[in-house]
Amino acid sequence: MDKMKVPAPPSGPVPWDKALALSLLSDMLRIRRMEERAAELYGQQKIRGFLHLYIGEEAVAAGALRALSADDNVVATYREHGHALLHGLKMDAIMAEMFGRRDGSSRGRGGSMHLFDRARRFFGGQAIVGGGLPLATGLALADKLLKRQALTACFFGEGAVAEGSFHEAMNLAALWRLPVLFCCENNLYAMGTALARSESQTDLCLKAASYGVEVMTVDGMDVVAVHEAVRFAAQKVHDTSAPMFVELRTYRFRAHSMFDPDLYRTKQEIEAWKTRGPIHTFTARLKLQGILSEDEFLALDASAQAEVEAAVAFAEGSNWEPVEDLLRDVHTPAGAA
Amino acid sequence: MGRRISYRDALREALRAALQSDPRVFLMGEDVGCYGGTYAVSKGLLEEFGPERIRDTPLSELGFVGAGIGAALGGMRPIVEIMTVNFSLLALDPIVNSAAMLHHMSGGQFSVPLVIRMATGAGRQVAAQHSNSFECWYAHVPGLRVVAPATVEDARGMLQAALADPDPVLIFEHAQLYNSEGELPDDESAAVDIAGARVRRTGSDVSLITYGGCLPKALQAADELASLGISAEVVDLRVLRPLDDATVMASVRKCRRAVVVDEGWRSGSLAAEVMARIGEQAFFDLDAPPARVCSEEVPIPYARHLEEAALPQVPKIVAAVQAVMGAAA
Repeated sequence: MDKMKVPAPPSGPVPWDKALALSLLSDMLRIRRMEERAAELYGQQKIRGFLHLYIGEEAVAAGALRALSADDNVVATYREHGHALLHGLKMDAIMAEMFGRRDGSSRGRGGSMHLFDRARRFFGGQAIVGGGLPLATGLALADKLLKRQALTACFFGEGAVAEGSFHEAMNLAALWRLPVLFCCENNLYAMGTALARSESQTDLCLKAASYGVEVMTVDGMDVVAVHEAVRFAAQKVHDTSAPMFVELRTYRFRAHSMFDPDLYRTKQEIEAWKTRGPIHTFTARLKLQGILSEDEFLALDASAQAEVEAAVAFAEGSNWEPVEDLLRDVHTPAGAA
Repeated sequence: MGRRISYRDALREALRAALQSDPRVFLMGEDVGCYGGTYAVSKGLLEEFGPERIRDTPLSELGFVGAGIGAALGGMRPIVEIMTVNFSLLALDPIVNSAAMLHHMSGGQFSVPLVIRMATGAGRQVAAQHSNSFECWYAHVPGLRVVAPATVEDARGMLQAALADPDPVLIFEHAQLYNSEGELPDDESAAVDIAGARVRRTGSDVSLITYGGCLPKALQAADELASLGISAEVVDLRVLRPLDDATVMASVRKCRRAVVVDEGWRSGSLAAEVMARIGEQAFFDLDAPPARVCSEEVPIPYARHLEEAALPQVPKIVAAVQAVMGAAA
């Protein structure tokens, strides 16, 4: 994709009932407001370390996660706040984890990059690029051997496609016919390296297809397209017990992390992509169709902001892990497994 | 005495018993099935248990070790065989960054009940890239348990204990031991622990502390030392992480001298760690500075005489003990 040729904004009728449309809009708003607040809190030094924001890419998580069931496994990356939230983690636990508090989802041991939830089958929060793909393959292998009717959705960026783990996982999943839904979030930059500067073949679907995996490419800024495509792909994975690869073409509006001065792309490019922003384009479509009023939008947004403020208050009120407990959770306690 | 068996057959019996007793157990790795196992450990198991449970993998260490971790997270009890420790470097990332860390990073939510077996060590003239002893690299990492069976009893029993562990366990099988033979204890059903070291020969003048492929060399050295009037106690570490300080220190305090024998390279070796602990915990009980016999700091060469010169050998151990005893020359 020529990065200067930005496609037209998503448009057209939304083929959904009001409840579904509003729930996906609400999902995107919840992620957006949570992360905007996280960026502020980073400035206030309440959140430290690496913080990778998903702002601009919300249609991917919202469209995809709502196409999965609670029984499905989700493996994500270090840009996973949205995936965690939409697979059922409480925003309180996510915010407290970013604060490093004991009520965080990982008791403050993981931080922004390592959100986990065993009960909800959210397997991280994997911060080695490409590292989640073999794990997802193994989770799907376990499900197949245990005859569990579920799929494993694995999210990763296009940068991971350059890693050996992508190719090894793709091969194993196809060879053993494992129910993995590979969701490639192609935001065009691996940290600061544009796709065309790192890949001899920039058609990512060709790579997956070379392993005999079925592929789809979707406009990742269009929550309607994402949801429809992932619903189709998930059903196909269930029906065939074979992997699928979905490339979701998206764009990150913020820097890679809070340390990134964003020198590798132009302001014009970012502004051009913002015209395709997943929330305002979807909102406009719903309004045009008469599905959504301004008051309803404001109510959804206010609800998201209230959830965020409650989560911040929860995180502020949570204690620190005592230093005496530093060495806990290195090994599983006897009798706990 | 009990039944006589080879180390290889003991490992196979352990695998068979595990596969029979727990439907969640499966074995995967390169050439574990049709080929029968690179060292013939899994020979016959494919026919007995089928390709779902004796699963041949592509040459894809990063992929299938990572998949083993995922399968463990998903409720299975995988045994992953990496052909040799040399190739495990291609899977260092999932072993260290995922298997070892997931429990802690998730605040104790996830456990990774994964067993990884691999051959280690030199001595067969297979040159530098097939002769490494990297077990001490893994013994560096919190979250892993690292074991090295050196006897047929441990070859037979450690797997069951490893599978019962809710966290990742790495089993290092020295390639020189597969053909070795020994006797199992009379009570073959007795559980084998993966918690502590064991004194394999009692003595009173010097503690020879070793593990894995160096155990037979240390025992032979102890025989030769006995003929020289030196009584050597041989401690088999068995578990390289966590180290069993109590057994080591009890032996060192009794003998007041210590020589550590380790096939890893000297710098940053497991022997270095053991010596540091002796220095920290038993310094005032020592009559002489501790010593070690390690591999020379060279990639292991092909030519037989050079390879032998690079590795710990019985004469080197005997000489090191004599030096510690103040009896050299």
